[in-house]
Amino acid sequence: MSKFNRRKFLGKTAALLSAMVAAGFISTSVMAAEATTTGQAVTDTTVSVGILHSLTGTMAISETGAQEAEKLAIKQINESGGILGRQIEIIQEDGASDWPTFAEKSRKLLVQDKVAAVFGCWTSASRKAALPVFEKENGLLYYPTFYEGLEQSHNVIYTGQEATQQILAGLDWVAEEKGAKTFYLIGSDYIWPRTSMKIARKHIENVLGGKVVGEDYKPLGNTQFGSTINKIRLKKPDVIYAAVVGGSNVAWFKQLKAAGITSDKQTLLTLSVTEDEVLGIGGENLEGFYSVMKYFQSLDNPNNAKFVKEFKEMWGEDSVMGDVTQAAYLGPWLWKAAVEKAGTFDVDAVVKASETEGIELTTAPEGYVKLHPNHHLWSKTRVAKWNKDGQATVVFESELIEPNPFPKGYQ
Amino acid sequence: MGDYTVQELTAIFAMQGFSGLSLFSVLLLMALGLAIIFGQMGVINMAHGEFMAVGAYTTYLLSVISEKYFPGFVQYYFLFAIVASFIVAGILGYLTEFILIRHLYKRPLDTLLATWGLSLIMQQSFRSIFGAREVSPGLPDWLMGSYQPTDMIDIPINGMFVLALTAVVTIGVYLLMYRSNWGLSVRATTQNRLMSGAVGINTKKIDRLTFALGCGIAGIAGAAFTTIASTGPTSGSLYIVDTFMVVVFGGAASLFGTIASAFTIAQAQSILEFFISGSMAKVITLLTLVVILMMRPEGLFSIKVRK
Repeated sequence: MSKFNRRKFLGKTAALLSAMVAAGFISTSVMAAEATTTGQAVTDTTVSVGILHSLTGTMAISETGAQEAEKLAIKQINESGGILGRQIEIIQEDGASDWPTFAEKSRKLLVQDKVAAVFGCWTSASRKAALPVFEKENGLLYYPTFYEGLEQSHNVIYTGQEATQQILAGLDWVAEEKGAKTFYLIGSDYIWPRTSMKIARKHIENVLGGKVVGEDYKPLGNTQFGSTINKIRLKKPDVIYAAVVGGSNVAWFKQLKAAGITSDKQTLLTLSVTEDEVLGIGGENLEGFYSVMKYFQSLDNPNNAKFVKEFKEMWGEDSVMGDVTQAAYLGPWLWKAAVEKAGTFDVDAVVKASETEGIELTTAPEGYVKLHPNHHLWSKTRVAKWNKDGQATVVFESELIEPNPFPKGYQ
Repeated sequence: MGDYTVQELTAIFAMQGFSGLSLFSVLLLMALGLAIIFGQMGVINMAHGEFMAVGAYTTYLLSVISEKYFPGFVQYYFLFAIVASFIVAGILGYLTEFILIRHLYKRPLDTLLATWGLSLIMQQSFRSIFGAREVSPGLPDWLMGSYQPTDMIDIPINGMFVLALTAVVTIGVYLLMYRSNWGLSVRATTQNRLMSGAVGINTKKIDRLTFALGCGIAGIAGAAFTTIASTGPTSGSLYIVDTFMVVVFGGAASLFGTIASAFTIAQAQSILEFFISGSMAKVITLLTLVVILMMRPEGLFSIKVRK
């Protein structure tokens, strides 16, 4: 009895071993070891990445588009053969609009799931919360939002514009095109509008020779702009320069219109309205005002036509693509380019490849972009005028602008 | 002020006066529903903002339906939307009381937790049903834009509309609470539940209807606010702090207190905002409130009862 059992056991073990070899389990570890030396979740046929955005809570409004774009890019990369012959598998986590949750989920993705890269975060607060985790665990984050600059981490690639890229070109345009001399600055009260307005004020006063006639910050979530609008009326600025965000943004534009301040009487340039925000504000309340950023859904080029078509096929005919959505779409593609250049998924090698010249995308919906050694993108800035249907018409396009996250003379 | 003409200053003064009034009507409208629920029933309804969002989404749904099926109706649907918001939010409130609140009357602090949980559930429901993004109800043209009595003065029409609506709702609530038999029963139940039951008032039914009424008025406020602010899953939470501020400062259980408190806060905020930045104005308003509440914990006005 016992003899028979042992024979059976030996036979089974041998079968199992040969099955494992046949299935490639043993040879896999060798090949995967070439693609990663730091124990990342890379097999012979797959590589895991993380997506970390808010699917619930107040930021879900903004972050929905970003995670949709990242999934589209990853799907396209997989269909075209993956990266280093491996299909990308997504592990998605919910940041829940709560900054400590972003840190916690980052740790989970890096330590437990051992993902090779993370595409995620939206607000600066969430990025600042996750940053120490990425630096400690030596992870790699692709961050899609236009933001205030003043940061450059070894472990982050910034695919949105930093403040000077977005601000300076727009101000130059409005000064030249509209002959603007006086500006009224208004924003929500947190780091991004405050830093942006600081840069804008320096540029207006020192370079353009104009004058800031008023500067005002409203608490996040503020819904009443009556007094502010009266102040603006009293100061009669040539340009209202705005960076109001979230639900406040809707109240701000509805009340401007109700107060009779419309585009035929007043030039308004905003840093914070993309196609996503227009859904809530309503095109009729924005008509004729200007936004300045790097991407608009209406951009007329073959890359963008393809992007818009494929995005709508995946996420529905009614979906819209804003600036951050497009920047998020670039993340997986930039990562692919860097990994292929490095020949490995190792973070240090990928970062090194990213820092050397030559990581560029010719297929980006916004047009040609290339990565600067300072981890930001060279990009063009556009000014566009909003139409009633919620789309914008580009009226100005700059040259490729060098990213400058630590601008001298603006701090 | 040398750069400005007298007419310009007069115009600004008039418009600033109106923006104070307009803020007053907004604060009062959002606080009325809570004043009834918190003031009369002592229930801390943290989901008040979400009942406002129910009103806003009802308006949005009606706007989509009328744009699609009854294009001729688009200019008028908004008036019906206000009534519909009242009914929908009222029915939801009635059910909430029946399922959740009535079990918690003896544990007032637990209502705070329960209704907070309810607010999270409602927010996520809005997100699942209408999507995470904000929506924009198409508003009739006559509501948007401004009325110009002179060349320099622009008075927002939606502001006047909210002002008028607030007046109507406030008078309605006053008549209902202080001039009707039903209101008498409500106030009797608030003051002495046992005795009210003994004299034949169906206190359970009164509770349910009072809660439904408060939620219904929140629904009206939500519908009206689509003209001035955003409609999204978390829009309701933008109002909740201001709402409690008005009700607590005015003194619970006092309609007149709520009106006076909304007026004081609105004027203080509006005037301060004109001279200093928005954030500082809010800080100073809140600090003043804290100091006044430290001296008068029961709020501006309170009903004197023998303890």
